[in-house]
Amino acid sequence: MAQVFTRRANTIARLSIFVGIPLVLALLSAAWWYYTRSDWIRDVGPAHAVVQPGGGFSHQLHIGGLKMDCRYCHTAVEVSSSANIPPTETCMGCHSQVLPQSPKLEFIRTSYAENMPVQWNKVHDLPKFVYFNHSIHVDKGVGCSTCHGNIATMAVVYKTEALYMNWCLNCHRNPEQFLRPQSEIYNTAWQPPADQIAQGLKLKEQYGIRSSYQLTNCSICHR
Amino acid sequence: MSKESLDIQGSSGQSYWRSLEELSQSAEFRARLEREFPREAAELRDPVSRRSFLKLMGASMALSSLVGCQFALKQPQEKIVPYVRQPEQVIPGRSLYFATSMTVQGYGIGLLAESHEGRPTKVEGNAFHPASRGSSDAWIQASVLTMYDPDRSQQILKAGQPASWEDAFTALGSAYAQAGSGLRILTEPTASPSLVAAIQEVVGAGAKWYQYDALSGDNTRAGAQAAFGSAVNTIYAFDKADVVVALDSDFTHGSATSIRYAQDVASKRRITSDEPVMSRIYVAEPTPSNTGALADHRLAVKSGDIAAVTQAIAAAVGVSVAAPTLPEATQKWVATAVADLQAATGKSVVIAGETQPAAVHALVHAINAALANVGSTVNYTAPIIDADTGAASLKALVDEINAGAVSMLVIADVNVVYSAPADLNMAEALKKVATVVHLGLYNDETAAASTWHIHATHYLESWGDTRAYNGVVSLQQPLIAPLYDGKHLSEVLNALTGKRVSAHDAVKGHWQAQLGLDGFTFDKAWQTALHDGIVAGASAIGSTPVTLGTVGAAAGASSDGLELIFRADPSLRDGSAANNGWLQEVPKPFSKLVWDNSAQVSPETASKLGVKTEDVVTLTINGRSVEAPINVVPGQANDTVVVHLGFGRTQAGKVGNGVGFNSYALRSSDAMWVANGVTVSKTDKTYKLATTQSHYNLEGRDFDILHAKTLAEYLEEKKAGVKHKKHEIYSLFPAYDYSKGYQWGMTIDLNACNGCNACVVACQAENNIPVVGKEEIWRGREMQWIRIDTYFSGDSSNPTIYQQPIACMQCEHAPCEIVCPVAATVHDSEGINNMVYNRCVGTKYCSNNCPYKVRRFNFFQYADEETPSLKLQRNPDVTVRVRGVMEKCNYCLQRINEARIDATREDRVIQDGEVVTACQQACPSQAIVFGNINDTSSQVAKLKALETKFTVLDSLNTKPRTSYMIKFTNSNPELSGKTE
Amino acid sequence: MQSSQPLKPPVVETYDELLGPGETYTSVTAKIGDIVLYPLLKTPWGWIGGFVAAGLFLMLYLYSLATLFTVGIGIWGINIPVAWGFDIINFVWWIGIGHAGTLISAILLLFRQDWRTSINRAAEAMTIFAVACAGIYPLVHTGRPWLDYWFLPYPSTLGMWPQFRSPLEWDVFAISTYATVSVLFWFVGLIPDLATLRDRAQHPIAKIFYGILSLGWRGAAKHWQRYEMASLILAGLSTPLVLSVHSIISFDFAVSQLPGWHVTVFPPYFVAGAVYCGFAMVILLMIPIRSWFGLHGLITMRHFDVMSKVMLASGLIVTYGYFGEIFYSWYSGNIYEYYLIVSRTTGPWAWSYWALILFNVLVPQLLWSKKFRTNLPVLFFISICINIGMWFERWVIIVLSLKRDFIPTSWGVYTPTFYDWATYIGSFGLFFVLFFLFVRLLPMVAIFEVRDLVHKTEHKAHDKKEGHGHAGA
Repeated sequence: MAQVFTRRANTIARLSIFVGIPLVLALLSAAWWYYTRSDWIRDVGPAHAVVQPGGGFSHQLHIGGLKMDCRYCHTAVEVSSSANIPPTETCMGCHSQVLPQSPKLEFIRTSYAENMPVQWNKVHDLPKFVYFNHSIHVDKGVGCSTCHGNIATMAVVYKTEALYMNWCLNCHRNPEQFLRPQSEIYNTAWQPPADQIAQGLKLKEQYGIRSSYQLTNCSICHR
Repeated sequence: MSKESLDIQGSSGQSYWRSLEELSQSAEFRARLEREFPREAAELRDPVSRRSFLKLMGASMALSSLVGCQFALKQPQEKIVPYVRQPEQVIPGRSLYFATSMTVQGYGIGLLAESHEGRPTKVEGNAFHPASRGSSDAWIQASVLTMYDPDRSQQILKAGQPASWEDAFTALGSAYAQAGSGLRILTEPTASPSLVAAIQEVVGAGAKWYQYDALSGDNTRAGAQAAFGSAVNTIYAFDKADVVVALDSDFTHGSATSIRYAQDVASKRRITSDEPVMSRIYVAEPTPSNTGALADHRLAVKSGDIAAVTQAIAAAVGVSVAAPTLPEATQKWVATAVADLQAATGKSVVIAGETQPAAVHALVHAINAALANVGSTVNYTAPIIDADTGAASLKALVDEINAGAVSMLVIADVNVVYSAPADLNMAEALKKVATVVHLGLYNDETAAASTWHIHATHYLESWGDTRAYNGVVSLQQPLIAPLYDGKHLSEVLNALTGKRVSAHDAVKGHWQAQLGLDGFTFDKAWQTALHDGIVAGASAIGSTPVTLGTVGAAAGASSDGLELIFRADPSLRDGSAANNGWLQEVPKPFSKLVWDNSAQVSPETASKLGVKTEDVVTLTINGRSVEAPINVVPGQANDTVVVHLGFGRTQAGKVGNGVGFNSYALRSSDAMWVANGVTVSKTDKTYKLATTQSHYNLEGRDFDILHAKTLAEYLEEKKAGVKHKKHEIYSLFPAYDYSKGYQWGMTIDLNACNGCNACVVACQAENNIPVVGKEEIWRGREMQWIRIDTYFSGDSSNPTIYQQPIACMQCEHAPCEIVCPVAATVHDSEGINNMVYNRCVGTKYCSNNCPYKVRRFNFFQYADEETPSLKLQRNPDVTVRVRGVMEKCNYCLQRINEARIDATREDRVIQDGEVVTACQQACPSQAIVFGNINDTSSQVAKLKALETKFTVLDSLNTKPRTSYMIKFTNSNPELSGKTE
Repeated sequence: MQSSQPLKPPVVETYDELLGPGETYTSVTAKIGDIVLYPLLKTPWGWIGGFVAAGLFLMLYLYSLATLFTVGIGIWGINIPVAWGFDIINFVWWIGIGHAGTLISAILLLFRQDWRTSINRAAEAMTIFAVACAGIYPLVHTGRPWLDYWFLPYPSTLGMWPQFRSPLEWDVFAISTYATVSVLFWFVGLIPDLATLRDRAQHPIAKIFYGILSLGWRGAAKHWQRYEMASLILAGLSTPLVLSVHSIISFDFAVSQLPGWHVTVFPPYFVAGAVYCGFAMVILLMIPIRSWFGLHGLITMRHFDVMSKVMLASGLIVTYGYFGEIFYSWYSGNIYEYYLIVSRTTGPWAWSYWALILFNVLVPQLLWSKKFRTNLPVLFFISICINIGMWFERWVIIVLSLKRDFIPTSWGVYTPTFYDWATYIGSFGLFFVLFFLFVRLLPMVAIFEVRDLVHKTEHKAHDKKEGHGHAGA
């Protein structure tokens, strides 16, 4: 009686078991890896800059160009959990004098006149159950650029870090990799020195930073 | 705690508030609010919709759960909405505290309100204020929720139709002009100086001002008149009293003075050393009260028989009245009490409750005089509210109306159609008045019977001033602009005379005149007053000399038959807050009943009537009757039926409507508290009652759960040097080193706790705990993180009552931690058992393995994420839990973290008392102490060092961080510890 | 039924043999093979009816699960303190049922018990389907089932790993291993039969279907040698599993410190219980199947007799466990344990405890007598009792313990809702849908092994060393 399968079927069977299945598994894990760690999903990098309302706000111009200090606008950064987005008032403080007619600033003037807040788009958006506190970080030697990148070069702000939990833990476990002297906190172009680890350990001592066991308590960030 | 003053009208905040007002109507505004406070999600859940929860499942539910699942491929784009003009002092991300005050039954209580970016989220007592001294109670804690209640009246109504303030303004003016002497004003009792002045100004010749409070203290007032010939205000100094005899008086709970008195009593009961000294408390009462639970000797007697007991005491201490004959047990109780009283002359207090007739109060004044307590523990001052505020006052008004003397009636902040005694037939009476103007928070029963309804401002929304029980004046400053542009009584009064004066100007003007200071000095004084919450110029009033007249006998023939006793509901009080989910859901003391009231009877009476819990009976008196479910409560006097007021609302709002039965319908103006001759007839119906506790027996486990002994016993053992061996139990797990850094711990003193529920509601407010509704509670799914366990021991007719607050114990060997498969509940280096909501998958294994059963689970999406106004109340420092996650007490981690971060920034250590948990802060008895147990100088460390401390379920070696003080009964040997 | 009449030979019950009289190589192959290769359109009405009925229950199951996901697990009766209810009861119950299959196929293979041959295939299938039913419960009993993958140890962006001290985490590995090995073992055992079917099949689709599944089996000696090796290895692998899986599941309770859970006897006692109700389920399935498909010659009374003995033995171990619990509760002097037994035996839910004693301890005593062991109606009844009893055992352990723990004020009640029942009854739908498909599409008795048995019986007198190899030829 006629065979349904030729001898070649055996080879196919073997292939499908010893090559096909591993291949499928490999593809699946690759897809998962990409989904969780690609810049696309994490919105990291210039390609994913967030467009802001009106003319937007150029950190490149104000910090890079005009050498303004971060704290001129983000006034609460040293005392509060949030590094506040400045009220329209702050913008108008200068722009009632500087470029008072610029069409780019129309949306600021409207906001001020009509008393309607500007609705900025959030760039660094942590989940609601994460309680990040700016004040303690800047106080203990974590500079702006460690998390936000060199803002001074960004015409439109984008994320340089995904702000994933394992990324946070990396620093909470070994802070010395990122600590810098108080004078450098707001230096957006700061680069770690060659002997960063040695420096970092010294600073850790000096800032009285707690042990990694304490810094990785869940309650540090989650409540 | 930083306290700031913010004179809103004056400061740059003004424009911001204005803009809020303008915006508050528009949908965009609400949308923006949601974006501006993204952490918010509301919690109040309409029990009706809760009940039909399963039926209503569908698209919306599916959606909300999908949101929970975070199925979105990428994180959605969020907005940040900064201020346009940032108000002074506001630092985004940091809370501010403002001194303000609220009134309870007309008397002021000073408060400190916490504000997040302009949203009041929580109130605490003001440490400077005599009535609160930093503490609060459930009622005060829940008042925040009332302000954000979406069911609040949001517009002016003319005969039910929306109208503008302009219309109202002109209409009121003309009506007032016509009315002339036909004007009557009916308010809740008020001691507010500026308001009283304003009312008296409006009430010219002919017109009259009445005050009514369903829970009025008229009897007390009348009693003083009977004793001294003039009304006086009595102030007790329980902190000086070694012996207290309370005659049907629940003075530690539910009144304007209860917070202060609870503190004072507790100061004589708290265990601070291994040689405890305690006051002795005698309580005679018909139904268990929080004060009764504190008592060393509690006697359950019918309300009508209290008079006889009082008179017996009076006779025994030398007041010239005949000693009535009492049952043997009662007689013995009286004799012992008198012995103790006379041993402590000048250091004792005898107090009668407002539910007792004037004659009893008169006798009590005589007794205190005879015991030389007057001037030391009992002080008399001029009355703070010098008017009848009860049935008499209301009856007079109704008589006037029926006589046709009233053409215009302004009703302010009192829901009189609901809360008036039934025989006055208020709704009918109002029909006879040409113009009835109602000012109130809700479009309630009275609003429906009025020509005009004007929506009032909440105390957190408006300016005002209040006067405390001892005359101290405090200012009431708004924390937020009126959400719905409501009106304050002073504005309405001014509208009558055609004046447009803001509440702010009214009160400021009044005090400028009173203090008679010039502009600059006044502004300084004003700022100080706002900052401290107290007007320095008008402090406590001195005591007035009194001369005791002859007091007559009080004891009548003790009535047989059933006694119907009306009581304020322990949670809802008179029912004005019936739409407040927190108060509806907080378990009532002892019965642990939620979302209902009931006809309470003692076990014996129940069997005599042939009824059991959840049977529906018909209560009939004077031809009026209501149907009520029976609830059998141990410790209640036989032949009494207790019904709580405040339920059966028809126009309270989505939450309060149709909850329980309306017992006002049985109340008549001549029997406001006790009525004889009630008939109880069993129907064939039964009614489901939801309680949070079903088992009240310790099952012989007291050695492991609740240590209790009499003080005498303990002291003898101590003298004899009896050492209770603490056998060490060893653990297989390596011990963590908790010797360094902050190690948080708590002690709870069972001798101070009276079970008032302040901690429960405070915790709910602080930690965004959702309300789940009756059906869910019935299923056993209550969410409050701290509960107050109640145990009865001894015979059911007069048991000893034990109460024990239980929250997460923060075990050092936490059984919950080792069983969680995803490490969602783990220990931190400071000894706190962290619950990481966002990591929780919801296996519920931790709860099964928790011997204290203090874990709570979100079986559904309990947190209301739709209602915008409710989102504003959320505490932004605490995650709002989604469906499917476990939650529990965590020692207010958010407060610890804030303190730690501030301290670390300032390179110092956290001071003792710098971190206060919500429950500790609220507790009027200061029974809860929290702090760093590694700091030997801290209060908590000292208390934990005492040998009177014990921990719950020691035998399991869980090593709880929360410990308790042995519950001592300072009983008189004469009465063998318990009165049986 | 009537359509399956032609299949049915005159019933001749065999009591002491593993094969009916006159069973030959061909008759065996024909009997078993024909059931499967029976033309689609001539499928017996009995099968169709049963399949549709099972399908309806499956629908109910899916509906209740859908509601569960969209609304939340609050639709169940669980609460605090009774946070586990039907979900975990059913989980333990189903996984227990699975055990008989593995025991029969693995341990009895190693012990060379001939009587396993004609029932192991169906029993293994039952195992796999039962594990499938069981496995679903722990996945859906969580508050946020869409996050169940957090149970798996994988390099996540959270930098978090599972908490390996938790018995639930052990379950993840225990159950997944158990399922994998069982499926492998079952499939490997099928290969020779699939080949037989491929060769006997008429319809081209059938040819291709079985052709692919039989992985090019040609019955060569080399094939048989490897087959024997593979099945021995797998048997060796799954033998410890029979003991480990239910032991680990018993840790869910034994490791906790709740009175009634914190019991050291649990592991052996759970395993015995598993085997107990597993065999009951096998008997429950075999009795109708063998009469419907006329397999009296292949599944004889001897089989039932032996299985009953196993049931009786494991039942006695379980009984020992029950009395053990009572003894410890008194002997330990621990008032919590003691009170628990008191409330179990006299409390409001005492009836469920006594039901358990009746079904699991008293009724099975009938099995002492061979008369009952070989009386199918009685056996059927006893098996049902045992399955109900074992369900009650988990009810008593889980619910009654949780209702009454340490602090009396937090004692609770538990009332199952519609959805509790739907998710339980519905799971039978899943089980039987799978089982019906199995009997229709795959040989429910291992053809070649029974032929081997024929071989042995025929050459009983002669040496038994003669190669199994011939059997397949």
